[in-house]
Parts: sequence; structure tokens; C-alpha cells
Amino acid sequence: MKKIVAYTLLIGFSLLFIAPLFWAVTTALKSPQELYLFPPKWIPSVWKFSNFAEAWNIQPFNLFLKNTLLVTVLSTLGQLISCTLVAYGFARFQFKGRDFLFLVVLATMMIPWEVTMIPQYMEFNYLGWINTLKPLIIPSWFGSAYYIFLLRQFIMTLPRELDEAATIDGASKMTILLRIIVPLMGPSLILVSVFQFMSCWNDYLGPLIFLNDQTKYTLTLGLSQFKGMYGVDMQSIMAITCLISIPPLAIFFFAQRYIVGGIATTGIKG
Amino acid sequence: MAQTYLQNTSEPTATLKALKKRRWGGLAPYLFIFPWIFGFVFFTLGPLLFSLVISFFDWPIVGKVTFIGLDNYVEMFSNDPLFWKSLFVTLKFAALFVPLNIIVALGLAMLLNQRVKGSAIFRTAFYLPSVISGVALAMIWSWVYSGDYGILNYFLSVLGIQGPDWLNDTNWSLVAMVVASLWGQGSMMLIFLAGLKGIPKDLYESASIDGAGKIRKFLSVTIPMITPTILFNLITSIIAAFQQLTLALLLTGGGPMKSTYFYAMYMYENAFKYFKMGYSAANAWFMFLIVLTLTFLVFKSSEAWVFYEGEMKKQPQKKLKASTRGRS
Repeated sequence: MKKIVAYTLLIGFSLLFIAPLFWAVTTALKSPQELYLFPPKWIPSVWKFSNFAEAWNIQPFNLFLKNTLLVTVLSTLGQLISCTLVAYGFARFQFKGRDFLFLVVLATMMIPWEVTMIPQYMEFNYLGWINTLKPLIIPSWFGSAYYIFLLRQFIMTLPRELDEAATIDGASKMTILLRIIVPLMGPSLILVSVFQFMSCWNDYLGPLIFLNDQTKYTLTLGLSQFKGMYGVDMQSIMAITCLISIPPLAIFFFAQRYIVGGIATTGIKG
Repeated sequence: MAQTYLQNTSEPTATLKALKKRRWGGLAPYLFIFPWIFGFVFFTLGPLLFSLVISFFDWPIVGKVTFIGLDNYVEMFSNDPLFWKSLFVTLKFAALFVPLNIIVALGLAMLLNQRVKGSAIFRTAFYLPSVISGVALAMIWSWVYSGDYGILNYFLSVLGIQGPDWLNDTNWSLVAMVVASLWGQGSMMLIFLAGLKGIPKDLYESASIDGAGKIRKFLSVTIPMITPTILFNLITSIIAAFQQLTLALLLTGGGPMKSTYFYAMYMYENAFKYFKMGYSAANAWFMFLIVLTLTFLVFKSSEAWVFYEGEMKKQPQKKLKASTRGRS
């Protein structure tokens, strides 16, 4: 009896979460005549796969894809390198002001982005970075507090004896990091890559504020242009929505065990 | 190996080298954390202080910059109805969103924590919306909420209810915003799930022996054990509520009648639509103060209601890791 209630609730809520997504997919496949029917048609009578290609060509989405990939790949790489170095520094060294600096790292997570948004914009404007992809890439090469925290927590769990043994063998700190620590950090580095990839891929406000020129747009910005564009049918909007959701969904599918496990090991659960 | 090591250190040049190495060794940690220090100074601390400075100026993006003291703040409080309106909208949103977010996320996590087959599938279903970009979510919701063709009104019509035009109805637009925001909050659910899995089973067993029923167990074991997780989620929800912007920009543009004109949108428009950089910086600092105050109050109150496992902590965490690894 208890089981039945649990399953009913689980299935019910799952449908609630999935239905709008399912609907987005089927809408993307509909022909224009079926778009505005009421009651809505869940399964299109003709599956128009050509909608995807047509929608993709309404705006230069190939270019947007290239921009998005550039930003996502470079900023993910930046986070991986910088956060690993910084996390290692905090996890394995004793130095003056370490605990205070680490507290500052944690404190920066509390600062709403809105507070630094305007001076950052002015700073990037001064540097001539506005309307380039640089503001979306370069700051990630200097580490995010959240990932530094996450990776530090992980390195702290690795036994120090490993480092000591390597030191006796004459390894430098950098060698220890690259040859011993990093190979053991696999899951948490995957977690950082996944989180950074998704937040970059899905980012809207950054591109909205820093980019003006359509040739610099990212995918989310391209999609948002559909709003208020006359002559764009809902099936085109949904087709693009589905297409740009595929990479994060695919990554989530393959990485979900790291996501769930990662949340358990970061220590944020209290 | 040990022999050569000893031999080396006995030579004077080697000692020098070792000394040098030690001096470098003192610098090494700073070199490792240098990227963060640089980024902090140039992308956080600098902008943070600068933002405070420009909030005392009339600072258009091009044109003359004038020091005006507290005028921006005075203007905000005494002469700007939009400030009060957007603040009120945001507080209303937070008052609805924060508790609902906690309840929904905890409820779903408890459902997932049952011993059922296919829990990975259900977990994926609940988490799926949070993987998709806010822009895509907004597009989907604008369709769901459509007064004439939306699925929401279709379901209501099946029940014999004539639904409103959600996003164009001042009574419902903010509620619609809350529901759409809740839909994308899967990560909070996962954090709760991790918290629930960390509760030692024997606590429930001994509660059962003491004759505790389901509700009693929930109130006396589950809730106290996850209070640190509740605290974390409470604070992140408050911050998220105050930063809500993407959905509003795309779904309603702040309308109708400014009923979804969030504080973040007010700030955004002051900066990037009217180019009043100084004024917008003042807005931002005021928001920062509100969020800090709320967070501080929550932290202060948490001493009374958050229960830390203390000594017991290490053991359940180990168990937790093992169990998640086993699952996946």
C-alpha cells in the first residue's frame, strides 16, 4: 500500500516535470496548422523533422554555435586549470594568511553578481572587451570560489602520505600536483567541468550585457531574439529550444552520478 | 636513494640550494593561489569598491561625471515610485518562492529517498528542467501559460475551470513566475536528498522502538537532522529570489502593470537602458544590504533551530559516500 502511494506520487510528479518538455519536443515537430489548436494536440499528425533545419537557418545559428562552443570550452578549461592550482594551494600548504584568504574565497560566494556588474562592465569597456567574447572567457581563468571550495574539499580527503612519499623521492610540489593529486581528482574535475559547461552554455545575462553585435551572439541570445520577431512560428522557437538543450541534457545523462555524488562530497550539505 | 640525499646535503652548494628552495618554498603557496588573488582583485574586490564609489556620483556611461554625495540614495527612497514598486514585487516573490521552494524540494527529495525501483529515472525526471537554459525554460513557459492555447488552461478546462491569461493578468503573473521558478530548482532537491541519505538508519530504528509514528519520526528525527541543509537552502533561495531576472525579462518584461517588475530588473534597466550607472550602483548596494541583513538574521536565528551532529558527523558522511558510490 505504502509502495503504491509512493509510486503514484513519483510518477505523477515526474509527468508534471516532463510534460512541458515533451510538449516542447512535439511542438517542434508540428506543422503550422496544428500549432494553435485547442485542445492542444500532443502528437503531431505529420512529423516535420524539416522544422529543425528551417529554424536553424532563420538566424545564423551556426555562427552562434561556434561562439558558444568557443566560450564554453575555453572557460571550462580555464576553470579546471586555475581552480585546481588554487585548491591545491589552499589544501596542501601552510602559509601566512591562509585561513583568512580562504574565508575571503567563501565570502565572495555571497556577493550578488549585480553589485559588481556595473563596474565590471565599465572595466571591460575600458579594456575594449565589450562586444567581444573576452568578458565571458577571461574571468574564468582566475578561478571561481565555488569550484575552488569544491576541489579543496576533495584534495583534503586525499592522504598526505602520498605527498610525503613523493617528496622523499625528490618530486617538486608541481610534480606532486600533476602526477599524484590530479590523477586522483578525476570525479571532482568532471563535476567542475559539467557545472561550468552547463552554466556557460545556459548563460543569458552575461552575453546579453556584454555583446551587441549579432555576429558575436551565443545560442541563448540567438534564441531570445525570436521573442518579438514577427513571422517566427512557435514550432521554430521550440525547435531551437530543443536543439540547444541537447548538449546539456547529454552531458547530464552521462555525468549524473558525478553530480549526485559530488553534491554529497562537497560538504555543502552541512 | 636515501644515501645520495644525505650526501648532497652535506655539500655547501647543496645547502645553499636547499636554502634557496626553502625561500621559494615559502612563496610557492602564493604562486599556486595567485590566479585567485588576481581574479579577486580585478574582478571582485576592485569592482566592489568601485561600485560603492560610483554610487555617490552622477555617472552616465558617456559624458560628465559629477560627485553628488548621497543624492542617488535620497532620490531612490524619496522620489522614485519604481524603486518601491520593484522592491515590493521582489519581497512578495521571495515570500512565496522561498518557503515553497524548500517545501517542494524537500518533498521531492523525501519521495526519492523511498526504496523504490527506478529511482534514478525519477531523479532524472525531477532534475531535468534545471539542466536546460533559463531562456529555453522561459520559451516553454510562455507557451504553457498562454491564455488561448496553453496546456495549463487546457488541463483546467478538462476540470471545467476557465483559466486566466496567466502572464497578462496582474493577479496571476507573479504566481506564474513563482511556479516557473520552482520548476527549475532540481539542484536544491538533490542537496536535500544528500542530506536525507546522511541520516543514520539506527536513529529511525530507535525511534520506532520508542513507539514513534511516522509524523513523530519526521518531526523528531528527519527535520532536526537536516536542519543544516535547510539552512543552506534557505540562504541560497533568498539570494536566488533577489536575483531573479532572466525569467522576468523574457516572460513578461516586468508587466503587466509592473506586477513582475523585479528589483534586479529595475537595476538592470537603470544601468543598461537609461545608462544611469551611478544610480544603478546605489540600487545594487541597497539590494546587497537587504540580502546581507536577511542572511544575517537567518544565521542568527539558526543558532536556535539548526542542529549540528557534532561528533556523530564523520560516521554518517562516510556511509553516505559509500552508498552513493554503490548506487551509481
